[in-house]
Amino acid sequence: MNLVIALLVSPSYLPKERIRHAVEGYHDQSDEAFGRMFERDKEELREIGVEIETGSHDAVFGDELGYRIRRDAFELPEIQLEPDEAAVVGLAARVWQQARLADATQSALLKLRAAGQRVDASGLTGIEPRLAASEPAFEPLWDAVVSRTPVSFTYQRPGHERTAREVEPWSVLSWHGRWYLAALDRGRDAPRMFRLSRVTGEVVPVGEPGEYQVPDDLDVEAMATALFPRPSTSAAVLRVRPGTALGLRRQTTAETRLDDGWDRLEVTYGSVGELAEEILTYGADVVVLEPPELRGRVVEGLRRLAGVDA
Amino acid sequence: MLALVPYLRGNEGVPVAQVAETFGVPRRQIVKDLNVLWFCGLPGAVTGEMIDVDMEALRGQGVVYVDNAEFLARPVRLTAREAVALVVALRTLRESARSDERDVIERALAKLESAAGDAAAASAAVEVVLDEHVDATLRDQLASAVRDRRRVHLTYLVPWRDERTERDVDPLRVLTAEGRTYLEGWCHRAEDLRLFRLDRVVGLDVLDVPADEHPDVPGRDLSQGVYRPHGEGPYAVLDLSPNAHWICEYYPVEDRQDRPDGVVRVTLRGDEEWLRRFVLRQTGTVRVVEPAALADDVRSRARLALGAYSEDEATGAPTVGRTREEESP
Repeated sequence: MNLVIALLVSPSYLPKERIRHAVEGYHDQSDEAFGRMFERDKEELREIGVEIETGSHDAVFGDELGYRIRRDAFELPEIQLEPDEAAVVGLAARVWQQARLADATQSALLKLRAAGQRVDASGLTGIEPRLAASEPAFEPLWDAVVSRTPVSFTYQRPGHERTAREVEPWSVLSWHGRWYLAALDRGRDAPRMFRLSRVTGEVVPVGEPGEYQVPDDLDVEAMATALFPRPSTSAAVLRVRPGTALGLRRQTTAETRLDDGWDRLEVTYGSVGELAEEILTYGADVVVLEPPELRGRVVEGLRRLAGVDA
Repeated sequence: MLALVPYLRGNEGVPVAQVAETFGVPRRQIVKDLNVLWFCGLPGAVTGEMIDVDMEALRGQGVVYVDNAEFLARPVRLTAREAVALVVALRTLRESARSDERDVIERALAKLESAAGDAAAASAAVEVVLDEHVDATLRDQLASAVRDRRRVHLTYLVPWRDERTERDVDPLRVLTAEGRTYLEGWCHRAEDLRLFRLDRVVGLDVLDVPADEHPDVPGRDLSQGVYRPHGEGPYAVLDLSPNAHWICEYYPVEDRQDRPDGVVRVTLRGDEEWLRRFVLRQTGTVRVVEPAALADDVRSRARLALGAYSEDEATGAPTVGRTREEESP
C-alpha cells in the first residue's frame, strides 16, 4: 500500500534505495529480505493491474534505475453508467460459473463500485445465461489465448489414439454449452478446432507470450459451423401409431390418417443418423417408409439391438 | 485495499456493515483493513499526513470517514483478466437478453470497453454462441412472466415418457446452460422445483394469477451440469463400444472401467423408461450388462419393431436387386 502511494505521488523515477528508505516496512529489513519483499510486492501489484514502470531521467549518468507508477496508467478512466446500464453490468456477475472468472468479474465490479457506480447484482431480468467450464484444460488454455502463448497438450478423441499436439491458440469458443479451442496446429500446419474436454494431461507452454499473430480474418464461428455441418433439410415419410412419437410430430410438415388407423407423417430432418436414433427410441410405434437410407439405418440398428446380428 | 479508499472517499459516513457487503468480505476484515490504512501515507509522512481514519466514529457508530487520501482518488484500472471476464459475461447476457434489453447492454458494453482500454482487447479471442434454436417469442414471454411474477400454464413434452403434460408453473428464472435455454420454476403438478427445456414447451398461457413467492427454494446449482440424477434409484451397467465412448463426456457416468478390448463399462443412473429409450437410441453401440430386465426389454422391443419391416430386411438376408453376389468384385 505504502509502496503504491510512494511510487504514485513521486514526480520522478524513485531509485530502489530511496524506496527502501521511504516505505514503511522496508526500513528494517536486511538487503536480501528487502529485495525479496520488493519483488514480491511488485508482482502482487501487477496482478491487480498496477503497472510499475522502470526507467531513468538521467540519460547521461543514468546508471541508477528507478521505479514509478504513471497515474494515467494506474487509474481507472472516468466512466459514467446510467442506472439501467449499471443494472445490467451488475447482472454480469452471475454469468460465470467458473470460479476464477467469477472472481475476476467480481473484482472488476468492485472497482466500478469504488469509482462510484451503483452496480449491484440484485436486479431482475428474467433471463440468466450461465457460462460454466469444468474442463481442467479451460484455465490454462484461456490464459494461453489471452497472452498468445504457444502450448502443447495431449488430445484424445473418443475411439482414437492419443496424440501430442503443439498449437498456437487463437480463440476459445463456447459453442452451445461446450468449450472449443481454435488454434493453428503446428504439427499439421493447419487450423484445427479442439474440444476442451478431450484435452488430457497438462497444458504446457512451449514458447513466449505474443510469439505469433492471430490471423486477421479468423472466423471462429465459421470454423465451428464447419465442424457441425447442417446439411440441407430432407423429408422422410413415417408410419406412426396414433398418439405416440410426440417429439417427432413437432417436426412434421404433413400428417394424414391411414386406413388402418395409423398416421402417415412427413418430417424434415438435417441428419439421417440423428433421425434414425430418435426413431429407434419409439420402438414399434414408428415405421420408416421413405427414404431407403433411413429405413436401412433403422433396421440395422434394430437388428443389432435385437441381437439378430450376433 | 486500493479499491477501498476511493470507495470510502465517495461514500462518507458509510456503515461498516454496508462496506463489508459491497466488498463481499466479513466486517472484521474491513475493520482490519482500516487499521492498516491508518498507518499508510505519503513517504516520510508525519502523523498529520497519514491517511486519516476516524476511529472514534468507527468504534462509536460503526461508520467510516477517511481523510487525507486525495492521492488515491480513483480505483486501479481493470486487469486484462477482469476486463475480459466482464466483457464476455456482458456479451453473453446480450446474446440471451429480451429483444428490448439489448440496447442498454450494448451501451453499457461500449462504455466498459472504452474504460478498460487495451485490457479488454483479448476479449476478441473469446466467442460465445448460445442456444440458437430457441423460439425468441416464447423466451421473451417467459422472461416477462418472471419479471411480472405471473403464473404460467405450460403444455410440456416429456420425450422419455412420450407424453404431453399440462402444468401450472410459477416461473423463477429463464436460464441458458450447456447451450440450451430452460425455464426454472415451481411446478404445482410435481410440487417441486423443475427445469423445463424451452424447445419442449409446446404451449404457453400466461395466467391472470400472480405467482406464489418461493423464498425458501434455492435455485439449482448448475455448475456441475444440468442433468443430475439422484444418487439412489434405478441404474444400469452398460458396455460402451468405442464409438459410444463420447457418452462419458455428455452424461454423468459412474464407476468407469476401461477394458483392454476397447470397451468401456460404466454405470448410468436414471428412470427405467429413460434408460430404455437411451439404450435404444444408441443403435446397438451400447450393451446392457445389468439389470437383466432392461436388457430383455430392449431386445424384445427391438424384435417387435423389426416385425414391421419385410422379412428380408429384418433377418439381414440379401434383398432382391441388391444381392451380395452382385456387389462382390
